[in-house]
Amino acid sequence: MVANMMVEKTAGFSGDSIKGDVLLSVRDLRVWFELRRFGFGHAGYVRAVDNVSFDLHYGEAVAVVGESGCGKSSLMKTILGLNKPTHGDVKFDGKDINAFSTKDWQWYRRQVGYVQQDPFGALAPFMTVQRILEEPLIVHGVKNVKEREERVRKVMDEVKLSPVDDFLSKYPHMLSGGQQQRVVIARAMIMEPKLIVADEPVSMLDASVRVEILKLLRGLQESHNLAMIYITHDLSTVRYFSERIFVMYAGNVVEKSPVGALLKNPSHPYTNALLTATSDPDARNAETFKEIPPGEPPSLVSPPSGCRFHPRCSKRIDNLCNVDVPPEFVISPDHVATCWLYK
Amino acid sequence: MTENTLLRLENLKLHFQTTKGIVQAVDGVDFSLGYNEAVVVLGESGCGKSSLAKAILRLLPRNVANYSGKVFLNGTDIMAYDDEEFRRNVRWVMMSLVPQAAMNSLNPVLKVGDQVAEPLMTHHGVKKEEALQTARAMFQHVGVPDAFLDRYAFELSGGMRQRVAIAMALVTSPALVVLDEPTSALDVLTQANIFNVLKRLKHELETSFILITHDIATSSELADRVAVMYAGQIVEVGDAKSFFTAPLHPYSKKLMASVPRLRGDQEPEFITGTPPSLLNLPTGCRFKDRCPAAFGRCSEEPPVVVVDQRLVKCWLFG
Repeated sequence: MVANMMVEKTAGFSGDSIKGDVLLSVRDLRVWFELRRFGFGHAGYVRAVDNVSFDLHYGEAVAVVGESGCGKSSLMKTILGLNKPTHGDVKFDGKDINAFSTKDWQWYRRQVGYVQQDPFGALAPFMTVQRILEEPLIVHGVKNVKEREERVRKVMDEVKLSPVDDFLSKYPHMLSGGQQQRVVIARAMIMEPKLIVADEPVSMLDASVRVEILKLLRGLQESHNLAMIYITHDLSTVRYFSERIFVMYAGNVVEKSPVGALLKNPSHPYTNALLTATSDPDARNAETFKEIPPGEPPSLVSPPSGCRFHPRCSKRIDNLCNVDVPPEFVISPDHVATCWLYK
Repeated sequence: MTENTLLRLENLKLHFQTTKGIVQAVDGVDFSLGYNEAVVVLGESGCGKSSLAKAILRLLPRNVANYSGKVFLNGTDIMAYDDEEFRRNVRWVMMSLVPQAAMNSLNPVLKVGDQVAEPLMTHHGVKKEEALQTARAMFQHVGVPDAFLDRYAFELSGGMRQRVAIAMALVTSPALVVLDEPTSALDVLTQANIFNVLKRLKHELETSFILITHDIATSSELADRVAVMYAGQIVEVGDAKSFFTAPLHPYSKKLMASVPRLRGDQEPEFITGTPPSLLNLPTGCRFKDRCPAAFGRCSEEPPVVVVDQRLVKCWLFG
């Protein structure tokens, strides 16, 4: 075990491929929410994100996969600066967001774009598309009306809301779900950010539109060399739209890997379960039962000791998995799993 | 009408009156279902698939403009029943529904056990004690612990609530259960679990299922046969094996190609264009504007053609 810890130390964060400079670095991040009894008096914490570390490089797309309640949205909100970290560092371009001044925050908001899950809920119903897209420019002090309009048109062209003139004066309710999501993406792109955080960007859309929107996001990510964090619960879309996957379970990242390696060789039993549970259209599926771990994800107020997956895991090692928290073990270069099976 | 047909729809129509005109949500559906068979109805949102469920169970809103056609259940035309007969003899007796977002359709102020027992008491006049016994047995079938009978909906997780809704649909042992998007709001593992439950029920209770969904990948978990719906009509019906390997209708092909796959390398493609409005449907084939294979004849109403025991509504085969 000690030897492995050493390997881990020397290799640094080996789940992170070496690919240019680090844009976003997250170290030992904890996001805990305090529970209070009757409004006051401490009653414990919801450990939504617990000891998460990773690096994200310029121009890299990473998918964060996990079930609802695993902490992926809390992680995302912390990166966006909407939650304060309880412990640990989030550094963007070398600057620690814990030490940001108001000015730094303004700068940071221009660097990071956010694509919401529910496009209709994310767009103000009383604003036209033009007004929605102009808003960030106004807030960030682009005073020239002509320049604003040019930038709005350019970004609308990029998200393929064409003909642009038809859409400028429309209100969100006049658009289809796919078009609404394009407006949301355009708004995230208009300040020319370096990082886009997309929270389940297609889960509210129709199946046939999903692929279109994901391809659009992927295209923008590649052409603008954007870093992207794509949060999803759908493993089947991940391989087409990101280079790396982080799998989260109960507030922890349990596996970090390049997409190909993870699909070929899922190492954490939870990742394995997720892959097994994901179906492809195949008539043979109806003939077999799927092996699904029993039970449900644990409460994040009092998570299980040791590995948080151990009560549901068929491969657990007694007196180890239920006692000690597993460290990251290297499976192959860039591929790590926090599971005692690989000690 | 063969002996092993449980349900047969003939030219079933359900149109709604709105301020903008008449919405032809279900427009001439022909379709049949055997005993202990599971048929999946696939389609995009707004294609009329949920309205089809409503039309089969006659759960109609007030603004119905046209509800016609024939529905045979065990050979009897149940469209001839009046509402009271239908309620007494069909709904929840012969067939029941797991509604869309069923997990949120439970009554928050009733214990879930009482809710599951209720259809037995109202439809079969069973005493409460006995009904609760049956509910208990049903809970076992769907994999909910007995102790949950005394809980309220808010104390249960989404997956558990979904199972309770399924138990409620099954408690009167209907021959047919219609499931409207039963897992779309659930997590992957929970989804897989629910499908395990449905498969087991199909074996143990010999229930027939109509599964209405847009999720092609998970629908293959239960399907014996697949029906594809587009703009209020069924455009293809075929057995699951041949459908999932080689769909016939151009729309089905596009739909299959749009599914991202975990295993296998083909890039998903999207379908260009949007479905036609059900208020103002084009003449002829309703898919022709989006169809890569469209030709002159497509402006006439396409025939339903039988190809290797599969039905396809397309001029390419006619």
